[in-house]
Amino acid sequence: MIKLPKVRLTAAALLLASAAPAWAETHTITPGEGAQERLQEALILAEPGDEIVLEAGHYVLTDGLSLDVDGVTVRGAGMDGTVLDFTTQEGSGEGLLVTSDDVTLRDFALENPQGDGIKSKGADNIVYYRIRVTWTNGPDAGNGAYGIYPVESTGVLVDGAKVTGASDAGIYVGQSNRITVRNSIAEANVAGIEIENSRNALVEHNIATRNTGGILIFDLPGLPVMGGGNVIVANNLVVANDTANFAPPGNIVAGVRRGTGIMVMANDNVLIEDNILQQNPTAPIMVIAYTQQFDDERYNPLPREVIVGANNYGVGGDDPQLEGAEMLLAAFGGALPPLMWDGLGSLSAVEGTRGWTLNLTEAGAGLGGANPSPLTAPVPEGEFNREGIGAPAELHARIL
Amino acid sequence: MKRSLALLAASALALGGSFAARSTVPQSVSDAAIVTDAMPRTLSEYGFFTDEAGRVPSGILIPYELNTPLWSDGADKLRYLYVPDGAVVESDGAEGLGGLLQFPVGSAIIKTFAFGEGEDQRYIETRVLLHRADGWVALPYRWNEEQTEARLALAGARVPITTPDGEEISYRIPNKNQCKSCHALNDEITPIGPKVRNLSVQWLMQMEQVGLTKDVPIFVPTNGLRVGGPLMPDWRYSERTAPDVAARAYLDVNCAHCHQPGGGASNSGLDLRWQQRDPFAFGVGKPPVAAGRGAGGLLVSIEPGDPDASILVHRMNSAEPGVAMPELGRSTIDHQAVAVMRDWIAEMDQ
Repeated sequence: MIKLPKVRLTAAALLLASAAPAWAETHTITPGEGAQERLQEALILAEPGDEIVLEAGHYVLTDGLSLDVDGVTVRGAGMDGTVLDFTTQEGSGEGLLVTSDDVTLRDFALENPQGDGIKSKGADNIVYYRIRVTWTNGPDAGNGAYGIYPVESTGVLVDGAKVTGASDAGIYVGQSNRITVRNSIAEANVAGIEIENSRNALVEHNIATRNTGGILIFDLPGLPVMGGGNVIVANNLVVANDTANFAPPGNIVAGVRRGTGIMVMANDNVLIEDNILQQNPTAPIMVIAYTQQFDDERYNPLPREVIVGANNYGVGGDDPQLEGAEMLLAAFGGALPPLMWDGLGSLSAVEGTRGWTLNLTEAGAGLGGANPSPLTAPVPEGEFNREGIGAPAELHARIL
Repeated sequence: MKRSLALLAASALALGGSFAARSTVPQSVSDAAIVTDAMPRTLSEYGFFTDEAGRVPSGILIPYELNTPLWSDGADKLRYLYVPDGAVVESDGAEGLGGLLQFPVGSAIIKTFAFGEGEDQRYIETRVLLHRADGWVALPYRWNEEQTEARLALAGARVPITTPDGEEISYRIPNKNQCKSCHALNDEITPIGPKVRNLSVQWLMQMEQVGLTKDVPIFVPTNGLRVGGPLMPDWRYSERTAPDVAARAYLDVNCAHCHQPGGGASNSGLDLRWQQRDPFAFGVGKPPVAAGRGAGGLLVSIEPGDPDASILVHRMNSAEPGVAMPELGRSTIDHQAVAVMRDWIAEMDQ
């Protein structure tokens, strides 16, 4: 017997069905009374291959949602059309939690989640496409930490997303591998885009603006997954990241200086090129070792093999939030050179890159030993090995 | 010998307590409902209880209690095990840890959450864990207003409740995924409560006598309880328990299902298991990783000697979503637990 598709064959559904397995179902959810239960039930009862369609409208939700079925697509009617409103959320640590593999989230928005926006944990091969997460009151320490938050996952694609107001990082990828974050806008977060303790990440064609720091590539000690590296930050517009740091103290990003464009802390093998950096008043590019004490034998606190390629540097470094700023500005003629290094680890830069270094000799010992001077970095040798960096092709194919 | 005969024999030995009830009511539990790949719409389909109100457990169910229980807004909990005829429960083999009992396929764990005293007691929900051939399944059932039926509540629910402390709250019945949020370890659903160390010695001895357990080591503490030891303290007497023992038992039971390697909060690096010996791993001097505003402006999970500077206390002492920990399963603050944490941290060497 031929297995008939159970999809209701409206014209639109027919188009969708052509791309999905014949047995996949479409579950359509509408806003209004009981949306919390109806949507959550659909997320639970979905079978692999199914699509959950969130019709346009405003969904008032009181509890976090969660998805634990592989291969499900959740599709809204656009990031301004389908809005999941968590302003009155009473429970859970995030708006939506995904714990299954091969999930596609696309074309919807979350507003005012009480904790994180969308967290996907141990969720391999996940796609976030045209997702918006907004804390509507703008920068506020009371906002949730992360907007888009994939962690402990292999295969992550964030494309066309927009996150505003996160009190930690707008788009945060942690302890993961094979990552692409592109075509996205991170605005008015503490960190715009943060890649932490992750490998093989490509961050390209994004806009990071009005954050405290635009794009951060961090590796931290004491976590289950460490050894961040193999990261490319290219073709991003990193402009006017000048919002005062509003992160709750104690979090690592609370130490990020207002006006940081692209920042690398620890990590190995990082390429920064073809970015446009404008109006980042502390440092357009900052490369430093982990700044704190740690007790973790597995951890290397130094930035290694960081390569600064050709970038477009506009105004920047002209109002640094640094100790001794006035003296430094005077010494460097009114603005600091665009590349700041603490002198620890290894760094190379293409010819003509203007930089300065703190000439520190020890990681985690503070700035006491700083002896600032202009930087003469060696020129990068050989080609940067791009192999295996970025999300697997299959993820890109899903949103073609 | 069939189990029922064994039980009759056992009851004849006047074991007393709730175990004796097993011999007087015939078995009526539906093994099919437990092991078949389906989600029964009502609790009554399992036959765990002989009345529709779920007040009278089938004689084959085994009641149990935990030494240190999950908080759950102070709900009364009625806990039962079901083990299929002829099967036995075994130890996990991890020596000295008093780990999770290993239940055969076909077993079920049933827990009813109730509020109110005496005749005013109302059942809110009954959660079941079913051990099927391909693993455990967790399902929530919600009791109706009339208290005559509990229906599957896949998407969970919110119910207005007055807690034993007199707080009016919106009590959360977890949805099916939230059941898994706590019960998942390395992405597999697993029971949490019935660990040997968290069960009473007397109960374990009764289980062994009626042949329901096999080779489960029973530890009778002769030299007091210690953190990481084979027996956890009775939480009702937490004030008389050494603060470190009470605190670490509470954290193991209430937090460690997520806060351990392979658990839902593994990426935080915080490991609150009973057996964790590394102070940094259980939070001493540990900076937050993904706490965001939950950290409340504090720098470390535990600051020895200073409970007010400890994120752990701050988050346990909050009922606000995004701050409160655990983030599932409670709407109110467990003040007794907060007091125990404060005592424990206050007396830590600085």
